[in-house]
Amino acid sequence: MADLTNDFVGVKSPNPFWLASAPPTDKQYNVERAFRAGWGGVVWKTLGEDPHIVNVSSRYGAVSYNGTRVAGFNNIELITDRPLDVNLREIKQVKRDWPDRAMIVSLMVPCEEENWKAILKRVEETEADAIELNFGCPHGMSERGMGSAVGQVPEYVEMVARWCKQYSRMPVIVKLTPNITNILGPARAAKRGGADAVSLINTIQSVVSIDLDLMAPTPTVDGKGTHGGYCGPAVKPIALRMVGEIARDPECAGMAISGIGGVSTWREAAEFISMGAGNVQVCTAAMTHGFKIVEDMVSGLNNWMDRKAYRTTADFYRAAVPNYVNWEQLNMNFKTIAKIDQDLCIQCGKCYVACEDTSHQSIAALRDETGKRRYEIIDEECVGCNLCMHVCPVDDCITMNAVDTGKPYANWTTHPNNPMRVEAAE
Amino acid sequence: MTIGSDIAPGRLPRETLEDNFGDAHPPLNKQQALIEASRCYFCYDAPCIEACPTSIDIPSFIKSIATENTRGAATTILQSNIMGGMCARVCPVEELCEEACVRNTAEDKPVTIGLLQRYATDDLFEHGEQPFQRAAPTGKRVAVVGAGPAGMACAHALAVNGHDVVVFEAREKGGGLNEYGIAAYKVPDDFAQKELAFILSIGGIELRTGHALGRDVHLPDLRREYDAVFLGLGHTGVNALDLDSGAMEGVENAVDYIARLRQADDLTDLHIGRKVVVIGAGNTAIDIATQSKRLGAEDVTIVYRRGVEHMSATWKEQEWAQTNGVKIKHWAQPRRLIGWPANGAAPAVKEIEFEYTQLDEQGRLMGTGDTFTLMADHVFKAVGQTFISDGLTAELLEHEGDMIAVNDDRQTSLPDVFAGGDCVPGMFLTVAAVEDGKIAAAAIHRMLTA
Repeated sequence: MADLTNDFVGVKSPNPFWLASAPPTDKQYNVERAFRAGWGGVVWKTLGEDPHIVNVSSRYGAVSYNGTRVAGFNNIELITDRPLDVNLREIKQVKRDWPDRAMIVSLMVPCEEENWKAILKRVEETEADAIELNFGCPHGMSERGMGSAVGQVPEYVEMVARWCKQYSRMPVIVKLTPNITNILGPARAAKRGGADAVSLINTIQSVVSIDLDLMAPTPTVDGKGTHGGYCGPAVKPIALRMVGEIARDPECAGMAISGIGGVSTWREAAEFISMGAGNVQVCTAAMTHGFKIVEDMVSGLNNWMDRKAYRTTADFYRAAVPNYVNWEQLNMNFKTIAKIDQDLCIQCGKCYVACEDTSHQSIAALRDETGKRRYEIIDEECVGCNLCMHVCPVDDCITMNAVDTGKPYANWTTHPNNPMRVEAAE
Repeated sequence: MTIGSDIAPGRLPRETLEDNFGDAHPPLNKQQALIEASRCYFCYDAPCIEACPTSIDIPSFIKSIATENTRGAATTILQSNIMGGMCARVCPVEELCEEACVRNTAEDKPVTIGLLQRYATDDLFEHGEQPFQRAAPTGKRVAVVGAGPAGMACAHALAVNGHDVVVFEAREKGGGLNEYGIAAYKVPDDFAQKELAFILSIGGIELRTGHALGRDVHLPDLRREYDAVFLGLGHTGVNALDLDSGAMEGVENAVDYIARLRQADDLTDLHIGRKVVVIGAGNTAIDIATQSKRLGAEDVTIVYRRGVEHMSATWKEQEWAQTNGVKIKHWAQPRRLIGWPANGAAPAVKEIEFEYTQLDEQGRLMGTGDTFTLMADHVFKAVGQTFISDGLTAELLEHEGDMIAVNDDRQTSLPDVFAGGDCVPGMFLTVAAVEDGKIAAAAIHRMLTA
């Protein structure tokens, strides 16, 4: 069995699966259930100053796709709506009862040094392992100058991170908002401010749907809707890209990353870790299925690591980062073409129509003498775009196979068609 | 032991009978339909369309269900097949669209196209919506003989194109086999009449029931009075069985009994034998056997003179009968009926003697000489139906075998007379009859507007 124990900026947990700061980590009752189920740690739902905020009724929206529920998820909930001292008391109790689990406290207070100083002191007394600065919440709090309103201004990120390092012994994780043009701005600012880690992504500003009877965005509160934060499986590719961006940035080197965004199974965790995340945080999957899903996350990651002969997550941590390059670095002399396994083909014709209507007309629709359909790749026409493989409903029926062009590696930077090409040195 | 024939009504309580003759295959609810619709791959050049005799654009209507455009789905179906609702219930989909579904290849579980088609069409009927609009009147008049699937499909398409249609039907109600021949649990809630009413609601179609060809109306008159004639006469006779010499109580044609059952106001009034033997191998044999069982018959046996691979009933129909407790025996042919002692009156059947059969070296069916007998209070003959051209004797209508010969347009040897459904060579399915009516209507329309 592989060793899944995790050390994230000095915070130890039995596995790399933490519950993200969100409703599942709102209070002692939920967190204890999560720990009993096997979660490695939690980021307690964001604490704020008293008087506590108030939430509305009707809080979540979701996207169903082809019968799959909660392919995307959206919420308009705010930070904790319970008094600060209640949360702090419970955090202290839970950390005492579950010393082997990671207890991170998420925080959001106004951008004033004194406010941060005050709350940091109180959190420290709980003996929590670390703090996460909520610079990501895209609704409700941002309008009050907190959450993503801070995360979108690198100078604020740096300033608050610095206060936190200055006034607390706890490791500082800065949670980043994806609602920004360049994620490296706030990430580098966090590094400059001395943060130990960033966690990302927080939710993406979204309107999940319009109720066509009410003519209002959902979730609908008494006939009105507001933008919320989007998360769940649908956002994973966006999160993975941003994690990779920071992981390969020299200026961010040495700063840990906690991967968040659509992690639903062990597979996404493996992807995030190989892309440079030290661990992952989960919310939507737990809200959809309950805490039990962590069992398969742990066993799935374990079994995959065993088969790959990885002993610890460190063995594949950042393994994909060197291969995440800019487009101009891709080999223009590489060629791959599609191949259809006729024994697996079910003759649905989806590859044909996709290629014929929308791509390169490189699949022939044929009929044999018995009238049976047969689809064949026209090798000379195929540009290796992968579309047929993606639309094919049968696994491994269409595969992409590299062909030897006999040409060496050459990228766009030296390509004759590139007006800005770099001439090879004489 | 019972002495004498045991044919009795009310073998089961009324509630049980109502359950037994309710929907045999309940409709999909919305969630089931959406999940099932999402299984459709939306194939290019979809094999299911090719397998449908009416060429319904199945992937498109299923896609419409998936997007909750159910009205659009129903319209797509009905444009190709005006009896899409009935066909959704009675089509042997396991040998048509669903057999062709590419999902079979990988997982042996086709998209349930029939149930989805029912979901869409039921929804339209429940909303009472009319997706068609009649064209401006053409002033042309067409006579349709027979208000079954072929005749009504033809009438509807003609009416949509602005022609006026009079449909002559020999029976008291329209619908043909949909009304009189299909097993009751396939079309509960008077669906055949509801569908007929929907078809008539387009306007321009006058249905005259109680008008039989050759008795009340005659083809020469129709040809004189109308611009064109369509004959959708159906199967008007049943094949004979050697046993027919010497009538015996309790022996009857399956189609007659099914018609009585379909028209029965109260199923507890229907008489059925305790022991039932059905001779035949088609869907009518399956229908009478299963319905007998569901009426409370204790033992029901289908006996067929050939093997399981020769049965014309689909595998699904055979499974359905067997699941209902019907026994199917192969390779035996009936030889003689044995009656109870009778004093003067026709004796009631007591037993039926069968001879085992096999194929000889030339592949011909032959008796082996060995016999067995089955006890039987009720014997149903279901050895096939046939077209009898009684009403047409005076006409010079060319035949192909026993049936009316037609060309690809379903035009007979008389240029203004068209025919379709079970009175012409073909598949003898509701869906094929609808296609015949549709094709003939298109040809008639072309002819009348040329």
